[in-house]
Amino acid sequence: MLDVVNLSHTYGEGPNAHQALGGIDLKVAEGEMVCVVGPSGCGKSTLLRSIAGLIRPTEGQIRIRETTVADTPGDLAVVFQDYSRSLFPWMSVGDNVALPLRRRGKDRTARRAAAAEALEEVGLAAASSKFPWELSGGMQQRVAIARALAYRPSLLLMDEPFGSVDAQTREDLEDLVLKVREHHRMTVLLITHDIDESVYVGDRVVVLTRSPARVAGELSVDLPFPRDQIATRELPAFVHLRAEVGRLVRAKKESPPVQV
Amino acid sequence: MTTTVEGQTTRGMRAGLLAVLARVWLVPIAVAAWELGTRQAGSTYFPPPSQILARMYELWFSGPAAHLFLTDGALGDFLPSLARLFGGWALACVLGIGLGVALGRSRKLSGYIDPLVEFGRAIPPPTLIPLFIILFKMGTQMQVATIVYGVIWPILINTIDGARHVDRVHADTAQAFGLGRAQRLFRIILPAAGPKIFAGVRLSLSLAVILMVVSELVGSTNGIGYQLMFTQQNFDLSGMWGAIVLLGVLGFVLNASFLVVERRVLSWHRRARQTT
Repeated sequence: MLDVVNLSHTYGEGPNAHQALGGIDLKVAEGEMVCVVGPSGCGKSTLLRSIAGLIRPTEGQIRIRETTVADTPGDLAVVFQDYSRSLFPWMSVGDNVALPLRRRGKDRTARRAAAAEALEEVGLAAASSKFPWELSGGMQQRVAIARALAYRPSLLLMDEPFGSVDAQTREDLEDLVLKVREHHRMTVLLITHDIDESVYVGDRVVVLTRSPARVAGELSVDLPFPRDQIATRELPAFVHLRAEVGRLVRAKKESPPVQV
Repeated sequence: MTTTVEGQTTRGMRAGLLAVLARVWLVPIAVAAWELGTRQAGSTYFPPPSQILARMYELWFSGPAAHLFLTDGALGDFLPSLARLFGGWALACVLGIGLGVALGRSRKLSGYIDPLVEFGRAIPPPTLIPLFIILFKMGTQMQVATIVYGVIWPILINTIDGARHVDRVHADTAQAFGLGRAQRLFRIILPAAGPKIFAGVRLSLSLAVILMVVSELVGSTNGIGYQLMFTQQNFDLSGMWGAIVLLGVLGFVLNASFLVVERRVLSWHRRARQTT
């Protein structure tokens, strides 16, 4: 479904050049939920921005369902960390959700209906005519999730989607994402720096090294569904997986500095 | 229940009335002082406001009811002036916003054009009137050209600035969801630049009044600016003062009406800022 081959990206040129990605290979299967974890500043966002077609990587290839992203914008939706800047404050919540649907060739009525349905699914049916800034942070991120849902993308990208909300809201949103992706059999690539979160929501966790980022290792998460904030997190398998991911993330952190 | 609601509305109205009074109480006092001062001085050059108002009534507002009490003189002066004012301003808005978005969104284009913009805006618009008189002949064309040239800069510069600084996450979101060109322009870029565009457009409206008058002082056979000149040359000083007062009122009304529109269109902006 998603095929990332030997992806490298360098910002700038000459002595000030900074290599963010150092050859990443990544595959995501249809219907899979993959979490990418790595230390902060490792280039996770660069990876996501490349897949979303927002930057053109210096090397490597990205294909979504056999279509190269560089040629046509991918058929994908993005949920950004910064919901307050990702939603458009001059539009009502309903208009925000309906906006991208024009590309889907839907008429006005169909767009409205699809937006209402998606808002209903994230528990915000009543908020359609409100403005985003009238809602709490968690609710705004639900709107962003509803916008992605209504779009029915072949791939959903999430960039630290729960990084700016409080702990309780974060758990609610994690469960919401698990629920909707189960319901729509969506393919999701979620980027996070939170090890617990990656194990809790993922089918598979891919760990990146520090920048220039490479794949340090990956783990299948064979925890049973439906997942539960309390019960899943106390399973020995969860604790074990979390430790494994933690070890991978840390391994590179504590490795000796590269000899120059 | 109803009584409390009624009580609240009367109380609300009373509070609103008090707020208005608190802001305008100085105006009648200033007018009274003006009246007393000019009467005391008895100077021909400074007629008292009562005399100015009487002359304004005589010149412009003593017409038939069918013409909204406007005299033929008023119609002959106000309509051409307002047509030039709004025509020039509207044209400047269309050109300024269109060009501004193009320059704001294209680094390449703005690299070439920016120095020209800086040079163009540095030329005081009235200095171009002699040129425009040659180019367009006397009359409306030349006046509209002067207004367009004079008022386009704040619109252009603010639009460039607003269109250039669309929030990165907004732009990323639009691009990732593959919004089309028209959608990006009308649903993202223009609304995002809206607060800045409106600030420029409002400034240009008051500039348009100034340039309308200036262009009519120089080359015109009608209009409020022409009236101002004509009354002065005929030693009709009350009439001249009347034109000055009229222009002041016009500027005030234009700005106030524009603010009403702006508050409506940008209500999201004001309210979003209050909540965050």
